[in-house]
Amino acid sequence: MRRESGGRVDRSRTLRFRFDGQDYTGHPGDTLASALLAGGVRQVATSVKLGRPRGIFSAGSEEPNAVVQIEEPFPEPMLPATTVELYDGLVASSLPGQGRLATGPDPARYDAVHAHCDVLVVGAGPAGLAAARAAASTGARVILADEQPEPGGGLLGAWPADVVEGLLGAEWATATAAHLKALPEVRVLARTTVFGYYDDNYLVAVERRTNHLGAAAPAHVARERIWRIRARHVVLATGTHERPIAFAGNDLPGVMLAGSARTYLNRYGVLPGRRAVVFTADDSAYAAAFDLADAGVRVAAILDVRPSPGEALAREVAKRGIVLLAGHVVTAAQGDGQVASVQAGRHRPEADPAVAEHAFDADLLLVSGGWNPVVHLFSQSGGRLRFDETLGTLVPGDSRQAVEVAGAARGVDTLSGCLADGAAAGERALGGQAAAAAPPPVDVPTAGGQAFWLVPASDYAAHFVDMQRDVTVADLHRATGAGLRSVEHIKRYTTAGTAHDQGKTSGLLTTAAVAHALGERMGELGITTFRAPYLPVSFAALAGRDRGPLHDPVRVTALHDWHVANGALFENVGHWKRPWYYQRVLADGRLEDMETAVLRECRAAREGVAMMDASTLGKIDVIGPDAGEFLDRLYTNLMSSLAVGSIRYGVMCRPDGMVFDDGTVIRLAEDHFLLTTTTGNAAAVLDWMEEWLQTEWPSLRVYCTSVTEQWATVALVGPRSREVLAGLAPGLAVSTADFPFMTWREAEVAGIPARVCRISFSGELAFEINVTSWEVSRLWTAIMDSGMVTPYGTETMHVLRAEKGYPIVGQDTDGTVTPQDLGMSWVVSKKKADFIGKRSFSRADTVRAGRKQLVGLLPEDPDFLLPEGTQLVSTDVPATVGTVRGGAPPRTVPTLGHVTSSYRSAALGRTFALALVSGGQSRLGERLYAPVGDALVPVTVTSHVLYDPEGTRRDG
Amino acid sequence: MAECRSPAAAFADRFDAASKGGALRLAELPFLTQVDIRVDPASPAAKDIGAALGMPLPVAPGTTVISGDVTVAWLGPDEWLVIGPEGYRFDLLRKALGERHGSVVDVSAQRTTLLVAGPRARDLLAHGCALDLHPTVFGLGRCAQTMLARAQVVLLPRQDGLLVLVRSSFAAYLAEWLLDAATEYLAPRL
Repeated sequence: MRRESGGRVDRSRTLRFRFDGQDYTGHPGDTLASALLAGGVRQVATSVKLGRPRGIFSAGSEEPNAVVQIEEPFPEPMLPATTVELYDGLVASSLPGQGRLATGPDPARYDAVHAHCDVLVVGAGPAGLAAARAAASTGARVILADEQPEPGGGLLGAWPADVVEGLLGAEWATATAAHLKALPEVRVLARTTVFGYYDDNYLVAVERRTNHLGAAAPAHVARERIWRIRARHVVLATGTHERPIAFAGNDLPGVMLAGSARTYLNRYGVLPGRRAVVFTADDSAYAAAFDLADAGVRVAAILDVRPSPGEALAREVAKRGIVLLAGHVVTAAQGDGQVASVQAGRHRPEADPAVAEHAFDADLLLVSGGWNPVVHLFSQSGGRLRFDETLGTLVPGDSRQAVEVAGAARGVDTLSGCLADGAAAGERALGGQAAAAAPPPVDVPTAGGQAFWLVPASDYAAHFVDMQRDVTVADLHRATGAGLRSVEHIKRYTTAGTAHDQGKTSGLLTTAAVAHALGERMGELGITTFRAPYLPVSFAALAGRDRGPLHDPVRVTALHDWHVANGALFENVGHWKRPWYYQRVLADGRLEDMETAVLRECRAAREGVAMMDASTLGKIDVIGPDAGEFLDRLYTNLMSSLAVGSIRYGVMCRPDGMVFDDGTVIRLAEDHFLLTTTTGNAAAVLDWMEEWLQTEWPSLRVYCTSVTEQWATVALVGPRSREVLAGLAPGLAVSTADFPFMTWREAEVAGIPARVCRISFSGELAFEINVTSWEVSRLWTAIMDSGMVTPYGTETMHVLRAEKGYPIVGQDTDGTVTPQDLGMSWVVSKKKADFIGKRSFSRADTVRAGRKQLVGLLPEDPDFLLPEGTQLVSTDVPATVGTVRGGAPPRTVPTLGHVTSSYRSAALGRTFALALVSGGQSRLGERLYAPVGDALVPVTVTSHVLYDPEGTRRDG
Repeated sequence: MAECRSPAAAFADRFDAASKGGALRLAELPFLTQVDIRVDPASPAAKDIGAALGMPLPVAPGTTVISGDVTVAWLGPDEWLVIGPEGYRFDLLRKALGERHGSVVDVSAQRTTLLVAGPRARDLLAHGCALDLHPTVFGLGRCAQTMLARAQVVLLPRQDGLLVLVRSSFAAYLAEWLLDAATEYLAPRL
């Protein structure tokens, strides 16, 4: 219940929330957990396997039990109630171990920021604040990140009455953080959990920026932000987690870590119970007992596993009239759905089962097995952990990164010690040489705890180790009984430590229980690896703004807006959006379908004049006295013999002889070439060229420069293209004699300086007009204004080139295809001494018969369109497998190849396809079958050149 | 260049609107002259090109030299980008190179230039750029080829912000990305 006063909540304001259908209230400063405890709620979850009631076990992110579902304002599964800041209108419900994802899209913004600093301090408790202040005093760039909404760490709950520099601890923390915030080079990040620590001091954190505002969160502010931080030096002041103790019924609601109960009292002004028993192996639980007793909780007994807590504490206990049973343990917590009574008995150090000798009525059982430094990030950094026999826990050892650990996170357990340790770490972080010096050793802890993990018993079925996974000591015994020794194996066998909390309370307890079972030392067994993320992080936060239209860049040409405005549908080619086809509105108002549009565009290109935006082709400017030699080595065919003013088609192979890219090479001057690449390979080809120039042939004097987007290209295609060009470029002689195929001319087209190339990818008379990408809109409009030209897209381009048997690298090839396989032996020079891929053309595999070769296919039904990718089989294969039925081939037959391209041709008046077929060139005229669904579609193998094989159309 | 169209022309109004609050100034600086130079920095040709530029080609990685309205940015051990005003006479650079080995290539339309300025300019870019953009680290005289969001860019610090040179085909993507990233800086603070 809530006390009248005390704590750091704002009682002047009331927040309403709902949990499991019941209405409750709380105050700003509450967590959902503290507000539930204030409202008297004991059970907040049900365990995943055993269905046991579970309560609130801790007050922080180590919480293994109180995992809830947020329902409103936006559904979020599996959040520890101890980490959810209360807000007005919060609706949550208890969970049976598993949450539910939202079914609708998350309307909130999420984003990410890169940050750099001299010192990153993780944790704004006394050590962290002192470290940040020391580092910042030199003017260094400092980031201080803390997962709580306000700074202070232990000062908020554990050391509430201590005075630092004349101020109460929490006030000192607030003032120190405010001082830091005011410094220009310091960034103080509250509600920010550093959850991953990677190489080169790269750390990732999540800042929860508006979650605590609930429905009032402003829509324009990112709800969560991922911080990607690169720090010269890191100070980890991550504090400690209290250790649980395994005993029968230690998972009942009402069992709580002692320090957490103290936090509920001192920070939130909440009494987590009325009648308490304290079970401890450590002095710190006494402070919790005294605080609670002084606040009016009836402390029935303190059971201290140690022989004596020492005289000073015993006096304080006696002063409050509390029963102290030293050398005693809890044998069981009992109750129906929550703690009602606590059984206790003498501790027998010989590991004999303890026997219940006392019983106490209690609704709250506080537990402290001592404290574990929070070493998760240190371990993730590559730091080695050392098992400290005195502390009975893992402490940070050496690290290979520029990191050090300060304060309680390395075993310092006094406030003054943490302040001094933090300040020293902050100074060392910037101290150059001094930074290399190891931090001074920690004094032997004053609290004199005794490592104690497990109450020996005859039955361990209710000694819970991992409460979120419902793993008990009995389960661990089943694992060790099956012969497992490694804690990593036992983790996977039992699932202990695999839940959302990553074993924050269960990890070392598992090791302890296994050590107990095997009779080994904990230090020998070690602990399972600490991995990022320290806390669960939502996928929405990790995705950030990389979703929707910003998920992946879209590249567009300078003509994109025109394409959009004129009915283009788009095809993705790499990151590019290319017009696929232009959809016209028909007379009856309906939109043209794709087949109609493509047939119309093809007809225009073959019978009239059409144009396409070819700007996406890669363009590389190659300059230097050795440019010709370089291109000779790069392409399979000869390029150095190309005359200035001329153009040649070329193929590039990888050293394995397989086709890598193709395009045209234009010779602009004796030492100056411009080559084009396929759209998707522009960057890869430039990288390829640079790789050879820089690593293999540095003696070649050649420079390559990408000009892909400098130049835009319009392909003007069709028997009437010359007529259109002549109209727009009166100064250009366009006749076949004046402007032969595979040459280029400089001219003004529509008043724009242009380079016009007679290149054809369709077999028709065609001109490729290159102008700067700034001016191409004007060129395009001028061509359209001729009123003669039909724009076409990539689908029509594909049909036109396929009719001519021109392959598309990456569609008709797949990295296993040589130029010879494509029917292009002519493009492979026999004269050149060497070029990339040459040696591979004499390999046995590239010269064997039966390689897959590019052929044409004509389905016997001229209206049947073969799906691309369809396999091809023959009836002539020996029927060694399967059965032959009705002349069909056997059910299991070898594939001869597959369909790579398939279209409906206006020019041929039928469908056709290209295919890679084993020994294809020797199968011309043969009938093969394409299994499509249940049918075997008969097709005839033909030459891959299906249209105008004589090439009569290229000059118009 | 009245008859030309720049890659981010369609964003002019939205850039203007985003520049009203005082936190940011976003604009396209279209039609700047950009020239890619490749030459051996130790060669006499490099020296002559420097003379034509009126400043030496910078040889320290990631640096620029600026003279008047012309900036020369180091892109690699033998590669520079010259950025000058519209109409800048880069043919003089070609002339300085002469017949010697090297290349002077007009890439003015290859990339467009976006100005990201104002008090929150660096914060805005930090959403998508992994480099340290702090003025003491990346101030005047520096340059970098890096990624901004998922686009390759050249970053050039200016007195009041940065120039972001982006491939023309990525300009619309990056403009959308910048405007979206700016959302938080344009509305009243939380």
